Amino acid sequence: MAEQTPELQPQSPETRAVLAGDPELTSTDSTASKEAHTGGRNTVLTRFWAQGQAKVGVILTAIVVGLALIGPLLLPWATGYTTTEFAARPFQPDGLFGTDNLGRDVWSRFLGGGLTLLYYAALATALGMVLGLILGMLAAYVGGWLDSLIMRANDVLLAIPQLVFALLAITVLGPQGWVLVLVIGITHAPRIARVARSATLGVISEDYIRAAEMYAMPRSRLLVREIMPNITGPLAVEAGLRLTYSIGSIASLSFLGLGMQPPTADWGLMINENRIALSIQPWGVLLPVAAIAVLTIGTNLIADSLARASASANAGDQS
Amino acid sequence: MIARLVVRRLLISIVILFAVSLIVFFATLLLPGDPARAILGQQATPERIAAINAQMNLDAPPWTRYFLWLGGLFTGDLGTSVATGQPVSELLGERVGASVFLMVAAALISVPAGILLGIYSALRRGKAVDSAITGISLVLAALPEFVVGIALVAFFSTTVFTILPAVTMQPPGTQVWDFPLQLVLPVAVLVLVVTPYIARMMRATMIEVLDSGYVEMARLKGVPERRVVLRHALPHAIGPVAQVIAIQLAWMAGGVVVVEFLFRYPGLGQALIDAVSYRDVQVVQAVTMIIAVIYVIVNLLADIVGILANPKLRTGGES
Repeated sequence: MAEQTPELQPQSPETRAVLAGDPELTSTDSTASKEAHTGGRNTVLTRFWAQGQAKVGVILTAIVVGLALIGPLLLPWATGYTTTEFAARPFQPDGLFGTDNLGRDVWSRFLGGGLTLLYYAALATALGMVLGLILGMLAAYVGGWLDSLIMRANDVLLAIPQLVFALLAITVLGPQGWVLVLVIGITHAPRIARVARSATLGVISEDYIRAAEMYAMPRSRLLVREIMPNITGPLAVEAGLRLTYSIGSIASLSFLGLGMQPPTADWGLMINENRIALSIQPWGVLLPVAAIAVLTIGTNLIADSLARASASANAGDQS
Repeated sequence: MIARLVVRRLLISIVILFAVSLIVFFATLLLPGDPARAILGQQATPERIAAINAQMNLDAPPWTRYFLWLGGLFTGDLGTSVATGQPVSELLGERVGASVFLMVAAALISVPAGILLGIYSALRRGKAVDSAITGISLVLAALPEFVVGIALVAFFSTTVFTILPAVTMQPPGTQVWDFPLQLVLPVAVLVLVVTPYIARMMRATMIEVLDSGYVEMARLKGVPERRVVLRHALPHAIGPVAQVIAIQLAWMAGGVVVVEFLFRYPGLGQALIDAVSYRDVQVVQAVTMIIAVIYVIVNLLADIVGILANPKLRTGGES
């Protein structure tokens, strides 16, 4: 998982469709045929759902999210142990998936360990979206010195890799949940702000904005009621991408031993604790690795399908 | 014309680095605790603490300390490690080389591989090969680097085959490149994580360029297809791709942290993780700055490549 490039998203809908990677969507007739498929209704959602990979993405994500949500409720009656209870000696094949480095039941810890990751990733993404959206829309709408200031500050934040920035914050503030959410959210914000800014610039010269300005609509209301609904497409794509990266970053920090702290049951931390025994008791590592992999693949497929769906929506608008 | 653009970018980079140094320095001032006490441990007497404070300039006001620290960065004096009492430059000296070696090796493989895969995929647009490359790159792009790493370790070192070493073991006095077999997996992880983005961007811009008027013109004139791709299409497509390559290579400066931790590779990232665990501020500051410098230099190089490769700027046809 590396960094995707919001600022490089080309502005023309044609290119966006191409970037999204679907040759079919660049030709206008396929849009028409898709419209026929969905019985005349042609919204971003129907086009999203018409793609096979979108369904796969939603199913993969739903499986892992379901597991993480229901898992903690099944403990301890379904497995016999809580997440921190000692079941046997370390790295034994007892139970469904054996025991971990301290002799706790791997299956119980796996079931109980997904929720915090999801929760923190969702919060961090939400924080980043809110910050980035406000900064990006203000930069584009107000313009002038505020625009320069916000965008230069963005450049500075972008010069420190996200993970390194997170490590700096953890050194200072310690590995706590709110620090993880805060720092991942803040490091997402510049990237989201760039997308929000360029999307806002795209709609700002439209007549309905000028009409609203002539009615002397307050600036905050204009931003929220007139501009925001019209840039949801790129923002939804961005939210999906950022969620994927949040999951990856928070899991990576836990894997480094600098995220969730023992004795919490957490997928990233489980990998860190059990990887020394990868060759004799691989389940303690492979279960959480597989869950994180399926989850990030799922959210990335959703983000990519959203990108295709909203790219072809714009193409349809203009033809 | 080109020289002016390059100088401008250079100045911006320097300003960004200064701003980063401000953040890095003043963030760590928030840290509670007394470095002098930490270094002395049980031998702390008021006189010794005062002596250390004077020696490390800890009694000076923050601004003075900032400029002393900044001056030290230029002269190679990175301060004293709180955890070990050694000079930071001694601690990091060989590690910088090891990390840069890892990144350069990964870049030398992933950049050509990404460009070639992207071009190939674009030329076979819509065919099975193209779908396969696009699909695999979408999946790989979603995965956090430690997931890729553990999958490779499980496959090649422990569970399925045992043909490659899972950790780097480096006797004192040797260099990491004396043991090429140990480098295979760390480099492979970086390559697998970075290549998909380069390939996707290359494919997207290449498709766009191949559909453009001048490529059609060249084909109509009977220019051989190989020459059309290499001489007419590629120079136009490479500019945006250079940006993505830069972001990916710069991202590696952060991603290398996780990879080094996973393989116990004796580089900067490993040092950073250790320093964060011990709250060794001087080392964290130094490593963050070194990584930011690498990041900014890579971005600068990419911008210069973009400027030089842009045929419009090269001929001076456009301002």
